[in-house]
Amino acid sequence: MEAIQITNILYLISAVAFILGIKRLSHPKTARSGNLLSSLGMLIAIIATLTYPGKEFDFTLILAGVGIGAVIGAIFATRVQMTEMPQMVAIFNGLGGAASAFVASSEFLSSPNSPFIIVCLSVFIGSLTFTGSFIAFGKLQGFISGRAVTFKGQQAINAVIALLSVSLVLAPGLFFDSSMFSGYLNAFLVIVVLALILGVGLTIPIGGADMPVVISLLNSYSGIAAAATGFLISNNALIISGSLVGASGLILTNIMCKGMNRSLANVIFGAVGAESESGSSDGKEMNIKSYSTTEAAMILDAAEKIIIVPGYGLAVAQAQHVAREVAESLEDMGKTVLYAIHPVAGRMPGHMNVLLAEANVSYDVLKDLDEINPEFEDCDVALILGANDVVNPAARHDQSSPIYGMPILNVDKSRTVIINKRSMNPGFAGVQNELFGYDNSIMVFGDAKDILNDLLKEVKEL
Amino acid sequence: MQIDIVSLITIFILAVFVGNEIINKVPPTLHTPLMSGSNAISGIAIVGAILAILVDAGDASKYIGLAALICATINVVGGFLVTDRMLKMFKKK
Repeated sequence: MEAIQITNILYLISAVAFILGIKRLSHPKTARSGNLLSSLGMLIAIIATLTYPGKEFDFTLILAGVGIGAVIGAIFATRVQMTEMPQMVAIFNGLGGAASAFVASSEFLSSPNSPFIIVCLSVFIGSLTFTGSFIAFGKLQGFISGRAVTFKGQQAINAVIALLSVSLVLAPGLFFDSSMFSGYLNAFLVIVVLALILGVGLTIPIGGADMPVVISLLNSYSGIAAAATGFLISNNALIISGSLVGASGLILTNIMCKGMNRSLANVIFGAVGAESESGSSDGKEMNIKSYSTTEAAMILDAAEKIIIVPGYGLAVAQAQHVAREVAESLEDMGKTVLYAIHPVAGRMPGHMNVLLAEANVSYDVLKDLDEINPEFEDCDVALILGANDVVNPAARHDQSSPIYGMPILNVDKSRTVIINKRSMNPGFAGVQNELFGYDNSIMVFGDAKDILNDLLKEVKEL
Repeated sequence: MQIDIVSLITIFILAVFVGNEIINKVPPTLHTPLMSGSNAISGIAIVGAILAILVDAGDASKYIGLAALICATINVVGGFLVTDRMLKMFKKK
């Protein structure tokens, strides 16, 4: 057998390890071993590369690079707070895109005869992912305004940049002397700059509430960039892994769009949040009933089945631990307690589940939208903690509401709905929630952590 | 390495289908670990980065390869570690 075949077989083994690794993510019980298997696959891919026949590697430089990267990566991974996971994923998407763009650039410089279209495709997607991800990071972290930043002619500028890039890739001769390498090099450099600008231009008009979609989409791009680089250097490992990641990102993007009842085009070009919301609140008087925690505890005492609906506000208040303690006390009294998790409850897909897992909530009581909605029919108390738009019944019937059509948790079907909110301020979408005025709704105003601590005391005294 | 473009496209298309099948089976509760884990997998560019750092490569090509290697290693190491940290927390009572 030729040496190159051994390398390729090792790449095949690593691809199989990635696929089986992701497959094991289908259940929380097997997920951790799946992640381990994937990392083993990566190790095999690296070993395969280092034994690549006919290549004389500069091992000092490789060791230095791996050393620096490993230290930085390990620091990120151990220091990051779970509430900051979207930011970390955003940075990593950006680095993935940058890595692919760098590999393609290096290949272009060392073998100028590489197919120019593939070089550009890889560098373009990679660079766009890089700047797009860092804008997304800045928005999530609050460095850049989370609001949609829009100006007149923005989309026209983006379109011109995209068009210019395409013509540079397909016909560099129109702009530069394509009889010489320097002509291609100039075209290449302009394309990199255009891609970096386009990454900013496409991400900056997207509002904070839409970040889960953007992160998923950039995740997909980072995979596609790796796959494109795989085409360039004819490497199966990159093509297979890249397309797995690309598919994963696209599926998550789709799920997030469905969770908000928006099309992808609408998220990218719609710039919601910049428009002034007309809202359905105007002119409607709501009869709000404000209760104390003692009264809320008495209602919980009489209940048998309770569904907790956590929103991002709960995590911001760092109240998920005390929420779990309240739930446990109620369980000790023989009640059934479940958690209803809306697809866009957190700042990225599955974010709320991680935040609750961190607070030691058992994963089998975390229910997604389809699982939990039938359960509200025979539920005694729905306890809403920091969620707002995802429980607004207007999404079902009020066609004038900006959130009309969005799949919601049908909490209003429960016998009683207890809503904890800091104040009557409307939620992310800027819409007043008619649920608060329903006959079976009661409000408990105050900071989630304080209210839950009080509630815990009250429940324990029952 | 001489592989014709059609074989590469074949591999690409089949991998997309496999990806679709397995990722649709990941439950919503594990979507964040899926994303950070796939971040780590997209660090596969590490392979391309290593292949660019050759003794006889030009300086520009070599050092751009080094930049790629650092970015990709951060992804690989950070991605797998943070995913493990998260998955450790998913427990059933």
